[in-house]
Amino acid sequence: MDFPVFHLDWLGNRMLIAAVAVLHVLINHSMAVGAIPLVAAMEWLGYRTGDRRWDDHARRILGVCFIITTSLGALTGVGIWLSASLVNPAAIASLIRVFFWAWFTEWIVFVLEVCFILAYYLTWPAWTGPRKRRHLAMGAALAAFSWLTMAIITAILGFMMDSGVWPERRSLLSGIFNPLYLPQLLFRTPAAMVMAGLFAMFLTPFLLARRDPLRPRVVRFCGAWTLAWTGPLLAGAWAYWQAVPESLLASMPVALATQALEQRVRSIGYALLALAAVLPLAAAWGTFAPRTLPRVVLLLPFAAAVALIGTFERVREFVRKPDVIAGYMYANGVRRADYPLLVEQGLLRHATYVAARDPAADPHAAGREVFMLACTRCHTTSGVNGMTAKLAGLYGSKPWSPQAVAGFIDSMHHVRPFMPPFPGTLQERDALAAWLVSLQTSPERLPGAQRIGPIWPAPASGPASADIVPASPPRSGAAAAPLAALPAGRGKPLP
Amino acid sequence: MNPTAPIPPVPRDIALPLPADAFLLQAAAVTLFLAHIIFVAMMFGGAAFALACEIIGLRRPAFDRLARAMLPTVTVNKSLAVVLGVGPLLVVNVLYAVHFYTANALTGLAWIGIVPLVSLAFLAAYAWKYSWDALAGRKVLHIALGVATVGLFAVVPLIFLSNINLMLFPQRWPEVRGWLSTLVLPNVLPRYAHFLVAGVLTAALFMLGYLTRAGFPLETVAPGFTRPQLRRGFYTVAFAAAFLQLGVGTLVLLTLPAVGLNAFMIGVILAGMTGVLAALGLMWWELLAADVRIGRLYVPVVGLLTFTGCCMGYGRHLYRENALAEHRLAMAERTREHLWQAQAAAWRAERGVRLDAVDLPPGQRVYRDTCSACHALDHVLVGPPLTEIAGLYRDNPQGIVAWTRSPVRKRPGFPAMPAFQLPADRLEAVARYMIEAGSAPAATGGNSTAPTDTAPAAGAPGDASAVR
Repeated sequence: MDFPVFHLDWLGNRMLIAAVAVLHVLINHSMAVGAIPLVAAMEWLGYRTGDRRWDDHARRILGVCFIITTSLGALTGVGIWLSASLVNPAAIASLIRVFFWAWFTEWIVFVLEVCFILAYYLTWPAWTGPRKRRHLAMGAALAAFSWLTMAIITAILGFMMDSGVWPERRSLLSGIFNPLYLPQLLFRTPAAMVMAGLFAMFLTPFLLARRDPLRPRVVRFCGAWTLAWTGPLLAGAWAYWQAVPESLLASMPVALATQALEQRVRSIGYALLALAAVLPLAAAWGTFAPRTLPRVVLLLPFAAAVALIGTFERVREFVRKPDVIAGYMYANGVRRADYPLLVEQGLLRHATYVAARDPAADPHAAGREVFMLACTRCHTTSGVNGMTAKLAGLYGSKPWSPQAVAGFIDSMHHVRPFMPPFPGTLQERDALAAWLVSLQTSPERLPGAQRIGPIWPAPASGPASADIVPASPPRSGAAAAPLAALPAGRGKPLP
Repeated sequence: MNPTAPIPPVPRDIALPLPADAFLLQAAAVTLFLAHIIFVAMMFGGAAFALACEIIGLRRPAFDRLARAMLPTVTVNKSLAVVLGVGPLLVVNVLYAVHFYTANALTGLAWIGIVPLVSLAFLAAYAWKYSWDALAGRKVLHIALGVATVGLFAVVPLIFLSNINLMLFPQRWPEVRGWLSTLVLPNVLPRYAHFLVAGVLTAALFMLGYLTRAGFPLETVAPGFTRPQLRRGFYTVAFAAAFLQLGVGTLVLLTLPAVGLNAFMIGVILAGMTGVLAALGLMWWELLAADVRIGRLYVPVVGLLTFTGCCMGYGRHLYRENALAEHRLAMAERTREHLWQAQAAAWRAERGVRLDAVDLPPGQRVYRDTCSACHALDHVLVGPPLTEIAGLYRDNPQGIVAWTRSPVRKRPGFPAMPAFQLPADRLEAVARYMIEAGSAPAATGGNSTAPTDTAPAAGAPGDASAVR
């Protein structure tokens, strides 16, 4: 309501965050949190056995991780933040206010982690002989710091799903130690280790020739590593599952299978389980018969792990809905505490950047503005998660009825527990319904503020009495001049 | 504010308190940002030096080896630049959340473009660094990697800079149509030039210190150069850059919109300029010195320019605070008003009260929404009736305002009244209304334009269409 609305009407805003975030988790878990201890363990093995080849191979794995984590890994981490500041600025700003000191601590740890990985990688060839022990210690420290950054961020992810007692206490500690924090950490830690084991297996054929005598030994090492962490992973998954609140589980079918395939959730669940079973099987094969392992079994399990962790993150992001911050803010960026006012007096009336404030004066424009404010954080007109496809799914291809759509908007949060309730008046609801219905015959494309700028100043024609809408400083006659020129910007009809 | 200037949008602020003292956060913003920008400057300037030397190296091989010796610093500095950028970004996100995020949204595609652009820049830098031998025979291709690295390094700061500049001028927000349109705001391009020159200056001094320090195996890494030779070369570039910077800096100051200027802020900037002047003098002295002596004043030169950097960072901060002061006040006022309204609406929603008389005078509305749960017109409900309050404060409505903010006294038999932190104009309005209603002749006669006894639900049934 208080930010110009950034909007990608084809890709969808959720997809932007999802793409950046999943890539980050993938790199973070398999190439940093899990990989550093694996590399350090392999280096230690070389030190213990006096076999330089272990040392060389550990450094090769680290080289790949170093290049990727210090470029794509670091940038996608910042990128989650940058994309969140575009897609849901109110939510990320609120999270930062609650978790500032956690994030600040995480940042200090992150600085140290980067210094350590630079030092660890760059001193590797030089620190030999008596200095090797110090290098090993540095690997252990780096592993600890990598884990610590993840451990801090996991608190915030848990908080978004279940804020626990924070809404009453509003303190940092009550936010950090939310009910989902430790269970999720118990899950993520071994998950990262397993992913790293599979990633190291995945790298093997690229780093070692087929006939290299080290190759089966590396495969065995990675297989055993993965297998050893599978037990803790199962335990962590169980603990996490137990901790997820009942109310979130209601959205699980859609989260897992998407709305289109909701009816097949059972088969999709089995497919995912089968995919998950591939991982320990491949690891066991690698452990007990490393020489017989075909190349494809080295490569595919990591791809399966990528698919699984992607699914896991999607589900986690999905089931927290309708909230973006549990108990405090809905996914549309509106605070729960603002709902009574908006429902009573109107979303448009209290929004800062809108082209139309009065659904009675211009229902079509008002409907579009309501959509922009209340729906576009997750929906597009006809792109990803688009409304035309949703409504066609519900009402088919015969002319849609505005009354029916309005009725659906009223009750959607009962029918679809992941939807927030509608944050506006009945008139605004009707305007939204009518505008949505109009998309059936005259599709529109909605450009975001990144292209057309902020919709401001708003026309003064709204019902706003100065007492109710303190939206702007007093307007002088001179300043009202640009009013007419502006609001035409949004909502170009498609050719 | 200029009355003919466009009226800026006034959004509401984030409805949660700052996580730390604002002064502490501001100090953190300035210092952490300086730490970040130094590494950015060394990264960008260092890459530019390496590229320039590699190109010269096409004819003079010694320069090619020198370029190669510089490149490892670039990848280390870039890692530190990005990680040190997160801290100041975090603080800016707290201190300037609404202004910064608004700028981000308005430059959205460029803003999110930072992620792929910087990733590419870093991968290009690695490719450039690690393919030196592999591409030794295809120098053009290798130099192309360097050009890509330097070019990407140069673009990203422009995106950040345009954001941090745009956030300062809410009255210009309505004109923005995409990122490119933010580049023509008055201060952006001079400031960008200022950054580029500062990058060259910083990197020249950094390379001087790094390549000619006592412990560095210059003779084996970059044979063909002596330490005094390199020092003289880098000092020459640094001198030229610092001299140029005096002009560019003045241009930046002159193109700053007046909204954030004041004498103190300009004084701080001028103090910074004296640092550059002094550093120029010392560098001149160094350039005149004999080979054995050159480099002795390195630490004072760096110290003076560090002082300049601190002054510029602090001056920038003062400008930012000045430029935003008025808009922030307006935002705080609107936020307070909104939170109060939201609370009142929640109260009504909980009790099923309909807001059925939107056009009630403000005093009466505040009374109905806030006071009438405990105060009735002419009898004790929870607290004393209006007739009695009006008697006490007949000529002193401010007394009611003060009391409402901090009710200290307690009458025996009455529960303590909670404090109400409403905006002053509302409290004054309700105070006047209470006195008026409590002392009206009707108050004693029981006729009723006056407030009702029961819950605020009562009142003329009417315009229900205004609400649900």
